[in-house]
Amino acid sequence: MAKAKAKGKAPAKKSADGGLSTERLHEMYYHMVMARALDERCWVMNRGGQAPFVISGQGHEAAQVGTAMALDPTQDFLCPYYRDLGLVLAFGVTPREVMCGLLARANDPSSGGRQMPSHWGHAARRIITGSSPVATQILHAAGVALAARVRGEDTVAAAFFGEGSSNQGDFHEGLNFASVHRLPVIFVCENNGYAISVPVSKQMAISSVAARAAGYGIPGVEVDGLDPLAVYQATEAAVARARRGEGPSLLDVKVVRLTSHSSDDDQRSYRPAEDLAAERAQDPLPRFRSWMESQGIWDDQQEQQLMIRIKGEVDDATEFALASPVPDAGTLLDHVYAP
Amino acid sequence: MAMTYLEAVRETLRQEMRRDARIIIYGEDVGVRGGVFRATEGLQDEFGEDRVMDSPLAESAIIGTAIGAAINGLRPVPEIQFADFIFPAVNQIVQEAARIRYRSNGTFGVPIVIRAPYGGGIHGALYHSQSIEAFFAHVPGLKVVMPATPYDVKGLLAASIEDEDPVLFLEHKGAYRSIRGDVPDERYLIPLGEAEVKREGTDVSIISWGMTVNSSLKAAENLAKQGVSVEVLDLRTIRPLDTEAILKTAKKTGKVLVVHEDNLTGGFGGEVSALIAEHALFHLDAPIRRLAGPDVPAMPYAPSLEHAFLVTPEKIEAAAKDLAAF
Repeated sequence: MAKAKAKGKAPAKKSADGGLSTERLHEMYYHMVMARALDERCWVMNRGGQAPFVISGQGHEAAQVGTAMALDPTQDFLCPYYRDLGLVLAFGVTPREVMCGLLARANDPSSGGRQMPSHWGHAARRIITGSSPVATQILHAAGVALAARVRGEDTVAAAFFGEGSSNQGDFHEGLNFASVHRLPVIFVCENNGYAISVPVSKQMAISSVAARAAGYGIPGVEVDGLDPLAVYQATEAAVARARRGEGPSLLDVKVVRLTSHSSDDDQRSYRPAEDLAAERAQDPLPRFRSWMESQGIWDDQQEQQLMIRIKGEVDDATEFALASPVPDAGTLLDHVYAP
Repeated sequence: MAMTYLEAVRETLRQEMRRDARIIIYGEDVGVRGGVFRATEGLQDEFGEDRVMDSPLAESAIIGTAIGAAINGLRPVPEIQFADFIFPAVNQIVQEAARIRYRSNGTFGVPIVIRAPYGGGIHGALYHSQSIEAFFAHVPGLKVVMPATPYDVKGLLAASIEDEDPVLFLEHKGAYRSIRGDVPDERYLIPLGEAEVKREGTDVSIISWGMTVNSSLKAAENLAKQGVSVEVLDLRTIRPLDTEAILKTAKKTGKVLVVHEDNLTGGFGGEVSALIAEHALFHLDAPIRRLAGPDVPAMPYAPSLEHAFLVTPEKIEAAAKDLAAF
């Protein structure tokens, strides 16, 4: 199932399971399903008037979980963007924490309810706070890697962004800076083909974000982002290269965007119905489930048990967040400067 | 020992880097060349290429990567070669560095010091002469430091490096070689947010920061010979701002002249004036005056035009004398 088309250096050939144990494959599927279920719950809460804003990662789960599992949560850093629910879950953020962010509760670990939902940050999980202006985090990742090298630490920094962000100056400045200094960074483009409503054909005159890596003398690899094992293998190769001191890589991970840009958008107004249906048919979740079944490591009973478990955890997270306190208005002036 | 403003910058960087291995310096031409003004001369030789690094010519990258490096435990002191070139990095400075502590509910901080030479009078024309402090003083989360003397350079730069929050450290290019002063060898800190009365007086208060403090002191000296006693308050940092010191001198003399090289409208002098109007109006004996650069897009090149733009000691003297006679 796994395949990665290399523009630069090809990753080493691996077995179909990416060398992952059955337990790890189940973990991979768990995170993907949890990301989807939480995301869907967020929309329900939005449409029910309990959450003013939702921004989604549906269709990106295989890319995010596949990448996260090739990184080391004990020493690597993430600089995510707003679609990375699956990524942060796989790096240790809990469903309760996610729902506290959605509902802007005081115990939201990203921001204590200060930022819009999905602006991930978690100091204890090595997830660096992000903003809404896109691509700024790409430079932060390069800086994290620079510090790791100066400090002699075996850390890889990973930046995540959409293909729209690859048009920003910070993307190009970041890839250039990291490649000049051969920094241990991986740049992961979750390429869903749309920057809100603007298709990739109107964003760039080339068909591949991976091709942009050539301008910086680093590998640019196109990856099937609907296959978590392909993503895992491509990431593993990029991470290994970074740890060897050979510098950064760019992964162009092709995904689908199964929802509108956000809860304030309606993609039916700019995407043909047949395209939306075609993307829905490519949903990475049933695809990975089918693959596990074909390998004899998953069955209907396990699926049913997982769904019950996930629903219980999502319900728990929702109830926990609803019962959590909102930020005290008296904290408005806190944390402008260090105490 | 006596040294120039520029030497104070360099020797402070050296002393701090010897003290704290987390400090790294990078920017355009700061390594082998030692900076276009020589502010980092010899530092790469002493501390190596890992700690004193030439960077690509890309200001957003210089600041954006410094933010990441600071989050991962270093104390970066990036240099923007000329303050005029800082604008490509504004998104990283304002939206990222300044907002990270607040937006993360205090879980992340960005201890960086952005050094940038500002100001004119050195034949730098529109794009090597600007005063940029007002843009950044508007931003909560950022600190803006503008020393006038070599002594203050040392104490303020060391304090800025030790600070847990992002600091914009603006060094006046005209001061680099023209301003000399005594600087102790030992390390000392000047707290950010403490103004200093650089000269005591009773008739008029001049409130200024950066290079125009020196011009104001010259004016005050000339006026003393004419029987006008001028107090000069050097704000030293405009964010945080020493409001108490501003109100104290305003109440003392009752006549305030605010002086800055940046152009008048929307300049930081407006903030200083508003504070006095709000909190010390009935102590005033004359309207607050502002003396600033003219509202033209930036400083022109031709010496005649450049001189006409500058806030010189002569202009300050005339304005203060006029105010004293009110």
